[in-house]
Amino acid sequence: MQVKLRWVLHCLVVLPAVVLAQAPGVHVESAWSRPAIQGGTGVVYLTITDSGTPDRLVSISSPVANKAELHESFTDQGIARMREVATLAVAPGSTVTLAPGGYHIMLMGLKQPLKEGDSFPVTLGFQGSGQVTSTVTVRRTAPPRAATGSQ
Amino acid sequence: MSASTEQSARGRRSGIIYGIVGLVTALMIFGAGGFLWLSQGGTASFVGGPFVLIDGAGGQVTDRDFRGKYMLIYFGYTLCPDVCPTTLNEMADALDRLGSKADRLQPIFITVDPNRDTPDVVKRYAEAFSPRLLGLTGSEGQIARVAQEYRVYYAQHRTGPGPNDYTMDHSSVLYLMGPDGKFVAPIRADEDGAQMAADLTKLMS
Repeated sequence: MQVKLRWVLHCLVVLPAVVLAQAPGVHVESAWSRPAIQGGTGVVYLTITDSGTPDRLVSISSPVANKAELHESFTDQGIARMREVATLAVAPGSTVTLAPGGYHIMLMGLKQPLKEGDSFPVTLGFQGSGQVTSTVTVRRTAPPRAATGSQ
Repeated sequence: MSASTEQSARGRRSGIIYGIVGLVTALMIFGAGGFLWLSQGGTASFVGGPFVLIDGAGGQVTDRDFRGKYMLIYFGYTLCPDVCPTTLNEMADALDRLGSKADRLQPIFITVDPNRDTPDVVKRYAEAFSPRLLGLTGSEGQIARVAQEYRVYYAQHRTGPGPNDYTMDHSSVLYLMGPDGKFVAPIRADEDGAQMAADLTKLMS
């Protein structure tokens, strides 16, 4: 009897929690970073998939850095440039890829060195889906699945 | 009277603005033209030249210190989060792939942001990619000179009101220089390590 009750409670409490955790329209995956020195700047690459309604990335933070911003790099006739991107729209059914040479998160004022194999959290704030936290793994080279270039 | 004074002041002001815009445009064309010329395999004598820079220990380093070795030179800045680390990681990968052949090559990172990139910062930054990579900085004049010799464009892009609120726009090309210090070939900065190693093997005869 008691076992059954526990099972019912489990269904009532845990299952909805699991479903709710996956409820936001956006999913952040494959977050990785590169080794970087303390006081320097770091980078975060990841993919954002939107399976809900149109949404917009509006803020980024991480406890390892003083400030985190979305930037876009581009190389034009051999000259590398980088500009801040205020917000990034994500459309339902699409995936936005932050990858080397394109969109990336710039971590400014690193509070600690980032070493190969380390991991740290990054929180992305979306207009509709709210805060989504993802774990970033520090790697020397891109994970095999990640593509190069933006979008 | 006062109206005409005002008019001539306005004229002077717009003259200054036109002058600045013209100068910036000229610099951009010069930088882009240098790259285009490079990528079309221009003659060697135009790229490179003598330099005096500062290493991680604060000591003087000149181009002559590397005679007898190839130099693989990349210009960037340490607060660059995306383009420079991507290129330097691929360069480190290429060095690993070259094996003992890499002993004939000195990879060098030269900062175009000497204000923020002190000798110690440049050293720690370069070594994080490969213990072989030598990080060099210098005075503003020393950096301006070596950049000019290598046809490297660089400029601050302001991101805020503070003195350190800027990123750098800069030429992103690798330069292979021969054991005699003369230009051999440019290598694209967006190549992966395997391609870079293949290029270097071909070029280092």
